[in-house]
Amino acid sequence: MGIGTTTLLLIAVLTPLGFLAYRLGRGKALTAMAAGISMHSRPQQYGWYSVVWMGLPALGVAIAAALLSVFGVIAPARELVLIVSIAVAALGLAHGLRAIRPEVRARNALDRVIRLLLLSAALISIITTISIVLSILFEAMRFFREVSVWEFVTGTVWSPGDTFLEAAGRGDEVGEGTSFFGSVPLFAGTFMVTAIAMATALPIGLLSAIFMSEYATHRQRGFAKPILEILAGIPTVVYGFFAAITVTPIIVDIAAFFGLDASYSNILSPGIVMGIMIIPFISSLSDDVINSIPQTLREGAYALGTTKSETIRQVILPAALPGVISAFLLGVSRALGETMIVVMAAGVRPNLTWNPLEDMTTVTVSIVYSLTGDLAFDSPQTLSAFALGLVLFTVTLLLNLVSTYLVRRFKQRYD
Amino acid sequence: METEVKTETTAGAQTMSQDVNNTPAVDESTRPDVKMSASQLNLWYGDTQALYDINLDMYSREVTALIGPSGCGKSTFLRCLNRMNDLIPQVKLQGNVTLDGEDIYDHSVDVVQLRTFVGMVFQKPNPFPKSIYENIAYAPRLHGTGTSRSELDDLVESSLKRAGLWNEVADRLDTPGTELSGGQQQRLCIARAIAVNPEVILMDEPASALDPLATATVEELIHELKDNYTIVIVTHNLQQAARVAGYTAFFHMGKVVEFNDTDTLFTNPKEQRTEDYITGRFG
Amino acid sequence: MQRRLTGSAEDPRIKARYRSEKRFKSYTVTALFVAFAIIIAFFTDIISQGYTAFWKTEIKVTLDYNERAARIGQFALAEDLRDIVSRGATRSIPLEIRNNPELAGTTREAWVPTYSRVDQYFKGNEELPPEMAAQVESLKEAGIIRTTFNWAFFTSGDSKLPELAGIFSAMVGSILVLFVTLIVAFPIGVMSAIYLEEFAPDNKLTQIIEVNINNLAAVPSIIFGLLGLAVFINTFGVPRSSALVGGLTLALMTLPIIIISTRAALRAVPDPIRLGAFAMGCSRWQVVRDHVLPLSLPGILTGTIIGLAQAMGETAPLIIVGMIAYIPEAPGSIFESATVLPAQIFTWASEPRKAFVEKTAAGIIVLLAVLLTLNALAVFMRRKFERRW
Ligand SMILES: Nc1ncnc2c1ncn2[C@@H]1O[C@H](COP(=O)(O)OP(=O)(O)O)[C@@H](O)[C@H]1O
Ligand SMILES: [Mg+2]
Repeated sequence: MGIGTTTLLLIAVLTPLGFLAYRLGRGKALTAMAAGISMHSRPQQYGWYSVVWMGLPALGVAIAAALLSVFGVIAPARELVLIVSIAVAALGLAHGLRAIRPEVRARNALDRVIRLLLLSAALISIITTISIVLSILFEAMRFFREVSVWEFVTGTVWSPGDTFLEAAGRGDEVGEGTSFFGSVPLFAGTFMVTAIAMATALPIGLLSAIFMSEYATHRQRGFAKPILEILAGIPTVVYGFFAAITVTPIIVDIAAFFGLDASYSNILSPGIVMGIMIIPFISSLSDDVINSIPQTLREGAYALGTTKSETIRQVILPAALPGVISAFLLGVSRALGETMIVVMAAGVRPNLTWNPLEDMTTVTVSIVYSLTGDLAFDSPQTLSAFALGLVLFTVTLLLNLVSTYLVRRFKQRYD
Repeated sequence: METEVKTETTAGAQTMSQDVNNTPAVDESTRPDVKMSASQLNLWYGDTQALYDINLDMYSREVTALIGPSGCGKSTFLRCLNRMNDLIPQVKLQGNVTLDGEDIYDHSVDVVQLRTFVGMVFQKPNPFPKSIYENIAYAPRLHGTGTSRSELDDLVESSLKRAGLWNEVADRLDTPGTELSGGQQQRLCIARAIAVNPEVILMDEPASALDPLATATVEELIHELKDNYTIVIVTHNLQQAARVAGYTAFFHMGKVVEFNDTDTLFTNPKEQRTEDYITGRFG
Repeated sequence: MQRRLTGSAEDPRIKARYRSEKRFKSYTVTALFVAFAIIIAFFTDIISQGYTAFWKTEIKVTLDYNERAARIGQFALAEDLRDIVSRGATRSIPLEIRNNPELAGTTREAWVPTYSRVDQYFKGNEELPPEMAAQVESLKEAGIIRTTFNWAFFTSGDSKLPELAGIFSAMVGSILVLFVTLIVAFPIGVMSAIYLEEFAPDNKLTQIIEVNINNLAAVPSIIFGLLGLAVFINTFGVPRSSALVGGLTLALMTLPIIIISTRAALRAVPDPIRLGAFAMGCSRWQVVRDHVLPLSLPGILTGTIIGLAQAMGETAPLIIVGMIAYIPEAPGSIFESATVLPAQIFTWASEPRKAFVEKTAAGIIVLLAVLLTLNALAVFMRRKFERRW
């Protein structure tokens, strides 16, 4: 019996039991009230009270059993779990009904249960983070059992296996059965694409934000802001297509015009398109911080006889700097983790170069390529994706923490 | 340039105000020169009028205090004097304001230049998030009045000295201006305004955010600055007006109700509303 | 009288300052215009590449159910048409004949799709060998070749033959995935937000949860893919490539968005309403259920729609959990292998054949149209139900 079937069966049994519990509980309370006994809570609340007694312990048993088997402690037969859960539900129902007495504070008990349910929902986000960390860490450790951390951090050759390079048409370059996991070329590619993206996004985003917050009339602002935000709603796969099909040929043509040789998977194209994607992040965050600079600071500058641009460049921007830096860091974090644009438009060949017209590959590209295709899950190549993911997760987390810290300090200063 | 303010000069307002009500009863011969003057000045925020037919002269090297209940238009008027209201898009203005007889709302006027002649200090100290030194050196460097490092050093020192702040900060000119105490920040802002070497300094309740001790220091400073600058100060505090100002104008509901030398205005007001206000019956 | 206030126009220093003022402003305007130009270029590019996919070229043929056609469908066609008609058009003929033996020996006229290169030729995207070009041109003139609206693009699934490929199965996949996402993320997200906003004491645990949610919102989406792979597929045994695993993965990604927007909506309900309800003897939960939730529902739904729109465009984590399988038939349940619209776009984009470019772009147009509708819906709801306190 599959886990899906078991779950469905459990639900199929517990749902009618729940209805039954509600009707019986409410009925008992109603009978008592009809007999002139004053009850602490409303009849429906006694109904729900019995539902809780019926369902909660039974679900607890089922979930505990599921967790036990998932983590390999013991694996009780699913049929057994099902039967025990239903038995517990029946016992719980009986107990709940018996427990209904005038002095029982069903409403308060229900409030506590609801509070507990809400809290467990809130804890799911924590569990998500913990499972991200644990699962990635666990698989990465398995990787590092086979590949030394030193090689991973300092090695300059990344060739996880022949399949990978054969796919890229370069199978002959590596001998049989050799694989290298030096991640430096991957991080170089990621760094390159991020740098290009930020070099595109920062000037356009920041200057647009300055226009919108300092020069634009109310109407211009109301028009320009939503239009820029369109860029934020475009899926990355669409940007990837745009980069690969439209921008790359243009770049190759332009390069050829200047007598330069650009690869058809040059890193410049995904970099620029990624920058376009990041423009709205930079512009809306910068717009926010520039707007929260108090008007008195502007007036102080104007009263000294400064022009508008002098006020902006010499007073407002320095004051907004922490906020702009924070926007920049968030943008960097986006660029580092961006996947589709590079998968579709950048190369697959690990390449250590300074030339943005050459093809390079990135961390996210190798994660995708090591996990697609028919690979054994515990081959070093598959596991390497988790090692790379671990680094990516850590770096973006740090960037995000620093960025929130900067914004918080900035907001405090100007409250 | 901020030229969003629509200036309409009404024909009747061309002549200087001779309104008896707004001319202090001082002897012609001892009356000082008029430095700035507003005539028939009306101002609207969108559709609501905030100033009505203001006629007011501000005398050279004197302190003129503007008093009145809050919301009566004191700040609005003060901000007309260096065209700070240009920064608010929906402001509409009619009438004229002169500096040494020159209409500051004339379309040929360079607002940036105007503000180097008419400096301003605000209610809430607003030092730039830069070092103390940079706060003061910023404008002179910008305007080209101080270029070499030694010139600027001198200027920073003399401005801080005149603002009475030098002794307190001489050894930490590199610390951010925002780290000073409230009173020190306000004096830094005054020093910053002085460093531009303006002729007129506008002060909008400069002491209202300060503690009594800092207030006293600032008042003393105003007293000393009077010898070199024309000062227009908005204050809520009647004692302060009495202490620092030679002339006082009483504003009410966007109009100048009475203008006179301070002693006369406080001891012998002509208008009932003025008397009510200074005796604390409203406001 | 000396005109000091206007004399400045002659001062070279002031002149230079005003010049730099103008220059700076022009930089900011230029930046904005560059951004606009990019947006316009982007949409023009996508639409001009994709709109042709909504039309297809058809040819009228006589299908001859002869003996050879019972083995190889192509033989049902006149010999000179075999290179012009889509191979997909005759693929099912042997099966048809086997199922209905009485068809054998009959003929039938039908409009069938042309070979993709012919289709591309009429759309001006590809060249044909001269004789072939002349042939199809004359067929076109004779009215035997026509152009019609390509309904098949919306009603059929993926195909190796570009002229037959459509987005139907990807759409069904997207709907299944979003369904799972909604079912999981909406209740959990709203409950978390209610806890944090209405119930949580101000303690360490609450702070940790808050910081955690904000950080989760900034984790790169591909990391969620790794999580889905390691936890849902490898640990819990959820079938790879299924809408279930995709939906669960996206649910974890969407959760922070729903929590953050729900909290904002709850916070917008003013406290006097809560106090009033408490004063009537409501328990905390009753206050939330009867007063706060109804008032904040539009805000919550708006946030949820925006979160779902974002999930709908997500590709990277779904690739990691295997949702780029070749799916010609729409999946029947959340346990079957499925693909989603963005993943379909990705697969088509990696096709070397030129005829797939217009399919890709057309898929993008459909995706953008759906996302635009969702976002417009969110904006509309916000406008319509927005309440100012
Ligand atoms: N930026 C503005 N927009 C609209 N109305 C304003 C603005 N600033 C001031 N006002 C209005 O103009 C009137 C005068 O304000 P203000 O000059 O600040 O008064 P005071 O400084 O005497 O307290 C008040 O009624 C105020 O509400
Ligand atoms: Mg004021």
